[in-house]
Amino acid sequence: MNIWIAIGVTAVGCYAVKLIGLLVPEGVLERPFVRRLSALLPVALLAALTAQQTFADGRALVLDAKAAGLAAAALVLMTRAPFLIVVGAAVVVTAGVRAMAG
Amino acid sequence: MRARFPIVRGVAEQTASAETSGNSGEKPDAAVVRDALGVGVAVGLSGFAFGVTSAGSGLTLLQTCALSLLVFTGASQFALVGALAAGGNPFTAAAGAFFLGVRNAFYGLRLSQLLALPRAVRPFAAQWVIDETAAVALAQPTRRAVRVGFAVTGLSLYALWNLTTLLGAVGAEAIGDTEAWGLDAAGPAVFLALLAPMLRSAIDRVVAGLAVVLGLGLLPVLPAGVPVLVAALAAPVVLWAQGRRGAAADDDVRGTER
Repeated sequence: MNIWIAIGVTAVGCYAVKLIGLLVPEGVLERPFVRRLSALLPVALLAALTAQQTFADGRALVLDAKAAGLAAAALVLMTRAPFLIVVGAAVVVTAGVRAMAG
Repeated sequence: MRARFPIVRGVAEQTASAETSGNSGEKPDAAVVRDALGVGVAVGLSGFAFGVTSAGSGLTLLQTCALSLLVFTGASQFALVGALAAGGNPFTAAAGAFFLGVRNAFYGLRLSQLLALPRAVRPFAAQWVIDETAAVALAQPTRRAVRVGFAVTGLSLYALWNLTTLLGAVGAEAIGDTEAWGLDAAGPAVFLALLAPMLRSAIDRVVAGLAVVLGLGLLPVLPAGVPVLVAALAAPVVLWAQGRRGAAADDDVRGTER
């Protein structure tokens, strides 16, 4: 049930912000501070999420095979490879490290 | 343009360069469709990663597909299933996903001027207002090209994203233990791939660094899902600090002038 609540709230919220952009008159959201904040919010959120999903297991900090996978993804990113290749590298290296360790 | 749509910067550049061969701003529909399909297909395939991650996070097939159909903005979907898997309550999980989706309002703002859609059509177009459609549409030279680019990118991406979500979720359920296959690394790799092109200025890197410290440091002490929201505060805090420093510098200049 909780999951459905989360899905419902997220769906309504995300749709609302998309629609607001199309409906509000020009100029309302164009204040420099608001614009810069909207550009920086994803940076903060994505950085925190990347770190947490790599180094956290529940509420404990861990260093496991995922860290190697992420390092591989970072290397592949530098070659400007397509999105799926980046994700694939992380998956393959993580699985490989686990297979060798286990 | 480049500063505002960093995620698909490469795409925008490709689209922009593809158009230089055209004459006096006109661009054939076929060229627009080709650009749009290139983005729609490439990104649409990433729904596999979402389907797998969502199923691996414990969501049912129906829940996973509902997210792609109803939310349809990738980073928010990944954030939500990650937060739920970590045991966050539904509202803190949704809040993180929501804040990631706020940028779409700014794409909509630019697109509404260029698309010039009748008000009655806007609620239907709204679901497609995301990074990729904005990047393709905003790179087009004429209103017709903007509309074609938006519609073709939106349609191809929506159709493929939902189809691959379904296949990914079904595949993950067939595989069983997704961790043995390293599939739990897909989520953070997606975030990293989205983040990397955004890190261009020193301010971006300071915000990212502070967010990492807050996100990891607060993890053991705050309830699940809350640390990432606190980490989001890195953005306004750094902006505010930068504004103060800017103001102080202005004062110094005035002081020396006096």
